[in-house]
Formats: sequence, structure tokens, C-alpha cells
Amino acid sequence: MYRYDEFDHDFVQARVAEFSDQVQRRLSGEISEDQFRPLRLMNGVYLQLHAYMLRIAVPYGTLNGKQLRMLGHIARKYDKGYGHFTTRQNIQFNWPALSDIPAILADLASVEMHAIQTSGNCIRNVTADHFAGAAADEVADPRPYAEILRQWSSVHPEFSFLPRKFKIAVTGAERDRAAIQTHDIGLHLKKNADGELGFAVYIGGGQGRTPMVARKIRDFLPEADLLSYCTAILRVYNLYGRRDNKYKARIKILVHETGVEEITRQVEAEWQELKDAELKLPDADIRAIQAYFAPPALTDRPEGDQAVKLARLDSKGFSDWLDQNVVTHHHPDYAAVTISLKGIGEVPGDASDSQMEAVADIAEKYAFDELRVSHEQNLILPHVARADLKAVYDALVDIGLATANSNLISDIISCPGLDYCALATARSIPIAQEISQRFASLERQREIGELKLKISGCINACGHHHVGHIGILGVEKKGSELYQVTLGGSADENTSVGEIIGRGFSSDEITDAIEQIVETYLGLRLNPQEKFIDAYRRVGPAPFKEALYAGETKAA
Amino acid sequence: MKILTANRLTDGIAVWYADGGWAETVGQADLAHDKAAEDRLEAIGAKAYADNEVVDVNLIDAEVVDGVVEPVRLREKIRAAGPTIRGDLGKQAERAA
Repeated sequence: MYRYDEFDHDFVQARVAEFSDQVQRRLSGEISEDQFRPLRLMNGVYLQLHAYMLRIAVPYGTLNGKQLRMLGHIARKYDKGYGHFTTRQNIQFNWPALSDIPAILADLASVEMHAIQTSGNCIRNVTADHFAGAAADEVADPRPYAEILRQWSSVHPEFSFLPRKFKIAVTGAERDRAAIQTHDIGLHLKKNADGELGFAVYIGGGQGRTPMVARKIRDFLPEADLLSYCTAILRVYNLYGRRDNKYKARIKILVHETGVEEITRQVEAEWQELKDAELKLPDADIRAIQAYFAPPALTDRPEGDQAVKLARLDSKGFSDWLDQNVVTHHHPDYAAVTISLKGIGEVPGDASDSQMEAVADIAEKYAFDELRVSHEQNLILPHVARADLKAVYDALVDIGLATANSNLISDIISCPGLDYCALATARSIPIAQEISQRFASLERQREIGELKLKISGCINACGHHHVGHIGILGVEKKGSELYQVTLGGSADENTSVGEIIGRGFSSDEITDAIEQIVETYLGLRLNPQEKFIDAYRRVGPAPFKEALYAGETKAA
Repeated sequence: MKILTANRLTDGIAVWYADGGWAETVGQADLAHDKAAEDRLEAIGAKAYADNEVVDVNLIDAEVVDGVVEPVRLREKIRAAGPTIRGDLGKQAERAA
């Protein structure tokens, strides 16, 4: 994986020193909160309901064991024994004291981590397919390009005060696991007819109060032009993006108001000025960054087939987990493993200090010291020999992280909601927990099949409810929590925004409503292979509305 | 009725103005029953903010239940107790201990 060079080390150390000084000056009263707020936000420090919150960057979701162990250490020493993995592939701590943050950042820097640009109106952590470098279906690892974008965007002087935050995602496979069409810029790494690498470029996707699916503005951008083209997009946005209204300041609004043809013309015109200048990526530089992401030396382990076969017979739990949480690797003797942070009734995305340390041990012992955070709030071991899968499973069982529910209804994305967040209008975690408990039976979940359920505790949509097959949005109405349901969203290569199905439900009603939706789907699907999202797209909202609200209409 | 709340600068912990200082629990918070009392609390909050003792200062609705002050809105109830999903954390945990 990527290792800091001398520049990176100096840069991060300098930032730790700078922010530590700013914290000291704030604590001594030398600078006011109004002066300090933008500084702390640039370093990932928020103020939430109960305390400060620190958001730490995990660039493109890639971690090693030492780094995860350090996160466990921070959870134990400075926080309350746990952390929360987020949809930006980052991690948040919910209880740090401001006075401890300089020490936390120094600890992070010792393992090549930081919290830079995890907030603020700048280019945020670039996300990538969590199976990058391992997936059997990718044309190339997207992470070297994410790293190039990270280097380019870190304290970029022109793009540190944008109209609003800016998010970029990269995928290297046709099957989009990085939700690129919900991003300000989505990049799909592909090969052209001549076998050259480049990108399909999408802009203007986003969620929040005005959800929009990104529009493709270029079908193939040569890899050498990545930075000049992104600069052209950012320049057009920086110039014309609205600064008068926070709710209309994202690039999605600019794309929508300008029209995709006109904005494409503007970007292309800007790019003509830039494309043959210093932003052109030299081939040697791309290859040098790629070398950092070279896959580990995967020696053949053909004994895996037999080992897996025998272990399956021995353990139904292992067999279920294998079917649900283990995916094909580009090397036939290996697999990529999803470690579910969605235990039944648990808080989605939370991991304890000791779980983080134990997962770090497993990664070092069985997975070439590589880990990923997925935007779906799980951890990934990208390279595990099939021969070692049973040992990994057993080790995960020991720490309560072997729930076999990847992509099932209890694999819920949930924002922190009103239990922690200062912006939230309703709780999301307890709803996630109740739904997970209602559908606790793995047999039932597998019968239902792939179903992406996502919950946000306010219209900002951190829980991605707009693109859930089933989305739940919590709002406050007359002093109570009310949950609005959307159906038919998705965040893959066929991204769509879900439609509101009808009136909202109280916290007492919402789980029953979800169950009714699921039962309706089971009753109308053509066969068990027809997924929820496909069935919804075939039949539309009517049968679901009927199931949820028909009684009311008749009564009225 | 209103009470004055904020988060302490050094550690961000939620606090309520009570009896001439900032208390870590809401139960004994000073109540403002009229506009003049609200203005007094607001002035105290503004000064504490200016003096860098607290941040995010707000006057919030409160009521008295069994002789104890409680916030009215769910958001403020959760601030006063801790996450509803983790009874072992926040003020509720300290009360139980």
C-alpha cells in the first residue's frame, strides 16, 4: 500500500504542529470560537451533541494492521472504547476532548494518518471500490488514481475554499461498488478499444436535500489527463457555483441549472487551456504510484478448495458466511472477505477498541496486512487465501464479527442520527437496530435476498437513504420523530433516487411498515432470483402503496 | 420556561447554567420564567462565550418534572442523558454509577 514519502511526512507533521498550536491558542483564549471554528473543521473536529467529534481520514478506505491497531488505541486512551466507520470510508470518534486532540493527531501521524480535509468546503477524502486491487472484475486498481487525486487536492490553494464540500469517487469495475454516480465527480476507470486506461467522467451527483444522479460528461478521458480535467471541472464550479445559498452551492445544482451540455462545453473549453501544460501526468509518475499499490505476492494455495469443502461440511455457520461475506478474487486461490460491522441489533459501523486490535491481528496473520473500510460501513480483508478462510472465520467468531449478512436487509447503512449528531432531526440507529432484530433470522434474510436498506436522521442524507432500495428518512414533526420511506433507490452502475411512497411512520410503526414492504415484494416477485430492486422497477410503487395505505383509504 | 445550555470549551461536554456556574447535569439548571430572566441568562451565556468557557450557547425550553428540571425537546433530552442506544455512556451512565 501507499507509504508516505519525505514530503508527506513533513506535510503531516507540520499540520500537527500547526493545529496543536491553534488548539493551545484557543484553550488559552487567544483566539475566539469564530476564528477557531474554520480551523478545527479543516482538521476534522466537529462539535456534536455530547462532545467534540474527530473524523479521521482513511484515504480510499485503505488501512494496514498497525493503523487499525492505532485507531483501537485512540478509542481506548482518548475516547470511550469504540469508533464509528463512515460512508466516506473514514472513522469518527464521538467523545474526544479538544485538549487531547493534539496528542491524538501526533499518534495518528506516527502511523501515517491524519484528519486533514475530512470537513470543510474542500475536496474530501477520495473514496474507491472497497474490493479495489482484489476484485476479479476490475480492469485496474483505481486506488493509484485516488492517491494522485489526494496528493493534488491536499491543501490545493485554489480549491480550499470552494462554494461547498466536494466529493470524488473512483471505481475500476463495470459493477460500481463505489457509488460514483452519487458524487460531485465520479470516475469509472476503464480501457478503450486500444487497451489504454482512462476514465468515464461523471459530474453533479449528490444526495442531501436535493438528490441528483451524476451526468456523464466524457466517455473516455486518458489517464494522463486526470488532473487537468478535474482542475477544469473544479475551476468551472469554483467560478460559477453558487455562494449565496448553502443549499444550492453543490456542483449538482450548477449542473442542473446550467444544463449538462453547456457545463460540458465550459469544462471542455477550460480543459483545452490546461491539457497540455504541467498538469499532464507523466507516465513514469503514474507507474511509480501504481507500484505502491502492487498486490502482495500471492503464492498459489491450491489446497484451499479442499479445505473449504471440508470446513463447509463441518460448520453450517462457516458455510453461510462463505456464501454471504466472501467474494471472488482475481487469484483463484484467494478471496476477499467482508467483516460485517452489522451484528444483529448492533450499531451499524461501530467497532470496539479490542475488535479493532483483533481485526488488525487477523489482517497481519492471514491477509497480507491489508484492510479496507467500505462505504457500506464494513471492514474488508481484500486478500485471504481460501485455505485460510476457516481460520479467519473462527477468529472473527471469537470477537463477534462473523455475522453472515453482507448485502442482506440487516446490512444497513445508518448515520449516527439524533443519538450523536447536532444536525439530526430524528434517531436512526435505534431504527436500524429494531429492523435488524426483526429480520434476525439469516434464513429469512437469505430468502429475501439482496436488499440495501439505508437510514438517515435528517435531510442531509449521510445515511444515503435516497439510494437505498428501501430508504428511511427521519424527520421531526410536531415534536416527534417521523420516518418517511422511499423505495427504488440504488447506488450502483444503475443509480436511481428512491421515490417517497406516502405518509411517514412513527417510530413504533416503521419496522412493521418495512416488514410489510418486504412481504409485498416476496409475494409479487417472479422468482427468488428477482431482487427487490428489480421487482420494484418492474412493478413500480402501486402494490407497495396498496399494502401500506389501502386500509386507510377505505377507512376514510 | 427556559434554561441556558452550552458545551464546555475544553472537552465539549454538555453543560447547563445552574446556581452561578456550569453544571454537568440539567436537573438543577436555573429557570427563566419571564423575558427579563431570559435576557439575564442570555447575557450570562454571551459573557461565558466571550470568556472562552463554553461554546454553542443556547436558551432552550424546559419544564419541571417531579421537582427536577428537564428539557422539552427530544434533541435536548438526548443531550442531557446521552445516546439512547448506549445507556453506559453520557450523563445517564454517570447518574447510574
